Amino acid sequence: MNFWIIAYFMGWIIEVEAISMLIPMFISIALHESDVWPWFLIIILVLAPLGFILTRKRFRRGNFYVREGYAATGLGWILLSAIGALPFFLSGRIPNYVDALFETASGFTTTGSSVLSDIEALGKGLLFWRSFTHWLGGMGVLVLILAILPMNGGYHMQLMKAESPGPSVSKLVPRVMDTAKTLYLIYIALTVTMILLYRISGMPLFDAACIGFGTAGTGGFGVRNSGMADYSRASQILITIFMYLFGVNFNFYYLLIRRKFRDAFKMEEVRVYVGIILVNIIIVTLVIWRFNYREEGLLYSLHHAAFTIGSLMSTTGFATVDFDTWPEIGRLMMVLLMFTGACAGSTGGGFKVSRLMLLFKEARKEMHMLIHPQSVRPIKQEGKVVEHSVLRSASNYLTIYLMVFIAAFVLISIEGHDFITNFTAVAATLNNIGPGLSMVGATQNFGFFSVGSKLVLTFCMLAGRLELLPMLMLLYPKTWTKHY
Amino acid sequence: MNIIIIGCGKIGLALAKDLNNEGHKVTLIDKNESVLQKAATSLDVLGVGGNGAMIGVLNEAGLDSCDILIAVTGSDEVNMLCCLLAKRVRDIQTIARIRNPEYEDEIHYLQEQIGISMVINPERMVAHEIIRLLRFPSATEIESFGKGMVDMIHLRLPGNSPLCNTALKDMSRTIPAPVLISMIERNNEVIIPSGSTKLLENDEISFIARPSDAVRFCKICKLEYAPAKNAFVIGGGRIASYLGRYNKNSKTKCQFKVIENNPERANTLAENFDDFTVICGDGASKQLLIEEGVEHSDAFISITGFDEQNVMMGLMAHNLSDARIIAKVNRVDPEDVENVIPFASIVSPKSVTADSVVRYVRALESSKDSDFESLYKLAGGRAEAMEFTVNNDPDIVNIPFSRLSLKPNVLVAAIIRGSRIISPGGSDCMMEGDSVVVISTQKGMNDLHDMMQ
Repeated sequence: MNFWIIAYFMGWIIEVEAISMLIPMFISIALHESDVWPWFLIIILVLAPLGFILTRKRFRRGNFYVREGYAATGLGWILLSAIGALPFFLSGRIPNYVDALFETASGFTTTGSSVLSDIEALGKGLLFWRSFTHWLGGMGVLVLILAILPMNGGYHMQLMKAESPGPSVSKLVPRVMDTAKTLYLIYIALTVTMILLYRISGMPLFDAACIGFGTAGTGGFGVRNSGMADYSRASQILITIFMYLFGVNFNFYYLLIRRKFRDAFKMEEVRVYVGIILVNIIIVTLVIWRFNYREEGLLYSLHHAAFTIGSLMSTTGFATVDFDTWPEIGRLMMVLLMFTGACAGSTGGGFKVSRLMLLFKEARKEMHMLIHPQSVRPIKQEGKVVEHSVLRSASNYLTIYLMVFIAAFVLISIEGHDFITNFTAVAATLNNIGPGLSMVGATQNFGFFSVGSKLVLTFCMLAGRLELLPMLMLLYPKTWTKHY
Repeated sequence: MNIIIIGCGKIGLALAKDLNNEGHKVTLIDKNESVLQKAATSLDVLGVGGNGAMIGVLNEAGLDSCDILIAVTGSDEVNMLCCLLAKRVRDIQTIARIRNPEYEDEIHYLQEQIGISMVINPERMVAHEIIRLLRFPSATEIESFGKGMVDMIHLRLPGNSPLCNTALKDMSRTIPAPVLISMIERNNEVIIPSGSTKLLENDEISFIARPSDAVRFCKICKLEYAPAKNAFVIGGGRIASYLGRYNKNSKTKCQFKVIENNPERANTLAENFDDFTVICGDGASKQLLIEEGVEHSDAFISITGFDEQNVMMGLMAHNLSDARIIAKVNRVDPEDVENVIPFASIVSPKSVTADSVVRYVRALESSKDSDFESLYKLAGGRAEAMEFTVNNDPDIVNIPFSRLSLKPNVLVAAIIRGSRIISPGGSDCMMEGDSVVVISTQKGMNDLHDMMQ
């Protein structure tokens, strides 16, 4: 393990975080939140020189291989959350550091689970910072660094692989730097368009920006205690549309930019994603229309079903209605959608549509092989044969995923809350959704958990965002040996 | 520039690595996806699986924004087809590897008809390099500038040479030949020397001189200078064929004794090249080598298809004779092994080819103010020697060197003006039409402007 280069990347992460804290600081200053902005200033003044020292050339030494890439990603995200939590804690608006850490990790990992019951009490500066972490975490801080920092060789692609979701991360253009730039340009363009549209639909600018960051990163932090319910119908419809859009594989947008419309609409994953959405919307609309919203009407049911499904499938976690009050079948489908997650290569979390497709195709092949034991049947996705290694890692991902899930589930069950609360709390954090059911439902929060459980759930969020391996690797002793 | 490379073999990978380091955007095409995967983990390139001779695959690899297409698959014919197709779709630069000696006579016709901008033939280039090394036995490497007007010669300074412990400024007193020491490699360190630099035993020195002056220089410095008169060649593959071809046309002939294991191949060689002595047998057999008189040979060239054999046979021949050893190594980079086998010259088809393509690409990129003529990598790629033709650029032309501010680690080693060679001092200046040889440890220079501060 080459610690120099890891320190070097930590330096860049610190630098990026220090710079991003400038905006919330200015908001705080403008609003005279005199107990908040000095802390932002102090943190920036400490971080910026530290990052500056670590990003000097003397740290950029030695070689950079796969394991350094994964370790840098895992450690980087922990550092990111640990530092990001400081403004909340130091300003005293979240008095407990573990609570602040949970809140920040939830922000960066685009989960959106909160420990706060009164979020408006944070003040606008901190609220902005909380939402901005969603935006940074959505596309990834390391991807941002790769877009800025010229590097030689190809090993830094590992950083992107470790940070970007999906079973096989591919580049759009030959160079990592250009790929990262392209991704961020698409991301910024979509975000700006969205914020403008939100503003036009009647949201105040501050809300539009914060909700915009939350939608773009598929995070889920709001800025009002009432969640999304206060906003106009038009705003809610816009939010719904953009939640779906940010759950789409960004390759789709790249193909659109390159005017390869046919290729774009041929993307198998996007088609399946749309398919799952449509089927779910139809079923859930009918169910909740029949049982919950008889008086409000079919259109009302459709609106909220579409919003909630978009919110859960893209793993955003906004809520307009409390879906915990829906009938059992509706709640179950929501929980299943939490696991499905968005497309690979999007900002969403969860298990990813393309990975599920691979597993489904493998299961079908297994049955086919029973009928024709000698048959040769390669598994194809997006018109191409899937390599054995990709299939293997998809299957293993499921195994590891279950192991992490069960471990976390057992650990938080010690505390003694009910089964559904614990189950959906782990599901909501590991899949980076936000709200669960029962005590962690859309109108509740995670504040009641003990410190230990909060740390376990924080780990779940980070592991879920980075697709398990970068976080688990940190626990594997051989990662840290100097040689071999 | 956007570059597509078809064929992800040894040469394809070496090209991808070098061009990538030069800052180009490289896309690799190969049928074998796992090779691409491996390439994409260590290099910053994009891999596209499929047949590079299909328009669909080329389009997927970004033919619409491509500047240069390089076809280096195992088959000459496929390479030509790739270039032909790509050229029909878009007017781009195409480079193809064509190495079958049978095409050699018609290569210019083929090149014109198919529209290939550059033909690369690693085996021929290696043969050329071997011939050059044979002409100058004490050199480890020779590069030529100014269309052969001057050579840059690298050699290791032996202890008995009068040059040892002499400062460069005192050299002209002892040695009358106009020779310019332009680079010294000492303990893996590259030194661009000044007048006060002293030469030491075992330094790897590089000097620039006219070929005739170089011979005189070596005479004075007690270095071997006579060209090899006879040489053993182990392995009768393509390189041997090209050696035969060059030898046929060259003035100073060398007697080649070719040892080839395969009777059929040996037969073909004997049929085609009358001046070869072809022996069908195992080149690794000590007895055979002694019987054939390896002790009296001037050079021993091992160019079989296996790196390990080439090196091992070279070691054995070194034990048996004083012959100059030349071994072909293709799988590892020569700079990684050169220093452990100091008595042998390593030739590598892979590096020779990659260098020549990099040279071509740089020439395409260079501005109009100065034309990029040639590029050689020195000291295992840590320094570069480049040749530029000076055009009419007011920032450079007719300004004495004392008033030009050059970057550190850049040396203008020689100016070739007409038939004169000038070793530039502070009052000299570059003029339009001059050829300038520049040595630099800083990489990626495309024109003379890049060396200015």
